[in-house]
Amino acid sequence: MVALQTLAEHYNYAITIFLMVAGLYVVIARGNMVKKLVGLAVFQTSVYLLYIGPGKIIGGTPPIIDPAFTVYSNPLPHVLILTAIVVGVATLALGLALVVRINEAYGTIEEDEIFRKDGET
Amino acid sequence: MIAISPQLPILQIVVPLFGAFVTGFLRRGSTAFVVALVVSWIMPVIAGALLWQTLTSGPISYALGGWAPPWGIEYRVDVLNAFVLLLVSSVGAVIMPFAHRSVASEIEPSRQAWFYCMYLLCLAGLLGITVTGDAFNAFVFLEISSLSTYVLIALGRDRRALLAAFQYLILGTIGATFYVIGVGFIYLVTGSLNMVDAAARLGPVAADQSRAIIAGLAFVTVGLSLKLALFPLHVWLPNAYAYAPSVVTAFLAGTATKVAVYLMVRFFFSVFGVAIDFRALPVTEVLLALSIAAIFVASIIAVFESDLKRMLAYSSVAQIGYITLGIALANQSGLTGGLVHLFNHAVMKAGLFLALGAIFFRLGTVRIGDLAGLGRKMPLTMLAFAVAGFGIVGTPGTAGFISKWYLAIGALDRGWWWLVLLIVVSSLIALVYIGRVVEVVWFRPTSSALRQAADPPPSMMLPILALAAATIYFGFDTNLTANIAAAAAKMLLGGLR
Repeated sequence: MVALQTLAEHYNYAITIFLMVAGLYVVIARGNMVKKLVGLAVFQTSVYLLYIGPGKIIGGTPPIIDPAFTVYSNPLPHVLILTAIVVGVATLALGLALVVRINEAYGTIEEDEIFRKDGET
Repeated sequence: MIAISPQLPILQIVVPLFGAFVTGFLRRGSTAFVVALVVSWIMPVIAGALLWQTLTSGPISYALGGWAPPWGIEYRVDVLNAFVLLLVSSVGAVIMPFAHRSVASEIEPSRQAWFYCMYLLCLAGLLGITVTGDAFNAFVFLEISSLSTYVLIALGRDRRALLAAFQYLILGTIGATFYVIGVGFIYLVTGSLNMVDAAARLGPVAADQSRAIIAGLAFVTVGLSLKLALFPLHVWLPNAYAYAPSVVTAFLAGTATKVAVYLMVRFFFSVFGVAIDFRALPVTEVLLALSIAAIFVASIIAVFESDLKRMLAYSSVAQIGYITLGIALANQSGLTGGLVHLFNHAVMKAGLFLALGAIFFRLGTVRIGDLAGLGRKMPLTMLAFAVAGFGIVGTPGTAGFISKWYLAIGALDRGWWWLVLLIVVSSLIALVYIGRVVEVVWFRPTSSALRQAADPPPSMMLPILALAAATIYFGFDTNLTANIAAAAAKMLLGGLR
């Protein structure tokens, strides 16, 4: 019962952990390079949630100073994650560009087929 | 007119970043090279000035954009990171003259200007990680350097370079993301991203929040271990080093892993050092075991590699093991040894990879079977290779001996005489893989295929000779290396309670 209550109170962390592990699993388990990148993107996205979730304070307003409010949410995580999103997009773009080049060079994006082709040469 | 000396910390980033911006617009490789050369030669001057300032008047704090720390981003330079800054920028400066001809022969003309652009971005990222005092800012620079590194590796001639770059991209991103998760935990507990401020806030909350802090420590450790290629998280390194262009391999071997090691040292001793009793999580024990495994497994693999670039890559994994061994010892002599080896290994390994680059420039191959008798055709190159190689082994009179000496003393201070024995035995394995090359190139008859081979032109020869000379110089004069490393170790251990 206590465990259930903890889960209900911290469900955002449960979602974060699920996405984190699912993303990492896809990266490890899939041989298709595009799927690997998708997994990587999910994994990175989970970290965005990890940061943004705790930034919200229940009852807090956006951090614009006004005498009517005393409790503000923390804006810093959003700013940090904005940067992290840019980094994530750049990584994904570069990864996909590499996959395109790999496809041109090998004619496939399946990892085991690529290893087989390198073994022949 | 703004006085330039208080602005030195930010110039470490601005100069290479601006250089990268300029080279991005250039079309001709040789014009871009001139820009990159100028930038690379400015950086050690700035780093030297910073080191001088920290040695004479203590740590420098630079508030970025005038926002006072801990709210704004703080660039904090103390003895430790000034030392690493000088190392990174010097390696870049020495390697750069070599790049011109090597890049011209290995990379298509249309991509040469881009190469220098990526190189300068990578340099900016590496210097940024070192100079910043903000944990999240370090992540951003980590990704700047990593993304440009993936591109640099993918520029290799072989199509396997693409695969190596992709594998490194996957593992490098996982590593950086683990790091940022760890930083997230620290932020959740302390509400601060400034390393000094976070360390101060971690102290009082350590007792009741220990699980979140330990999770943060674990994530940061694993993430950075991936970036610094700690065994068994080193799988990306051999392929990346083997298929990258020669200059890139030398540059990465001398800088990228070293900067990751620096960040790990910073987190262990400066950020977590005050908060965590290392007995709560057996970090040092695990690090010790993995370091010893790295030294032995990677050295033995190196003995059986026929591609010399891969051989040296595995040797790098082993040598990183010595550096982390110094961190794991966590006492004055041990940590000094680790930090000295950080410097010495960068110098020696950059020299070795440049020598291989010169061989590749002349012969188009670095397989050991093709190099019989090469010592008579490329005497200076192979002499430099042998000198730097014996430095890796740790022969007395070379820089490698100094680092292993401190590591051995660190082990003895702990009463671990068996560790001294392991260090000696592992050096003998290094002697096998270096000696094997020396035997082939000097004591075998020269094969007819090598008739055309000769020492490379001076622009490539001088950097190699400079690094080989440095290998010997730092084996005798330890003022720059050991004394500063000892001062840095003392400062770090002062933070450890």
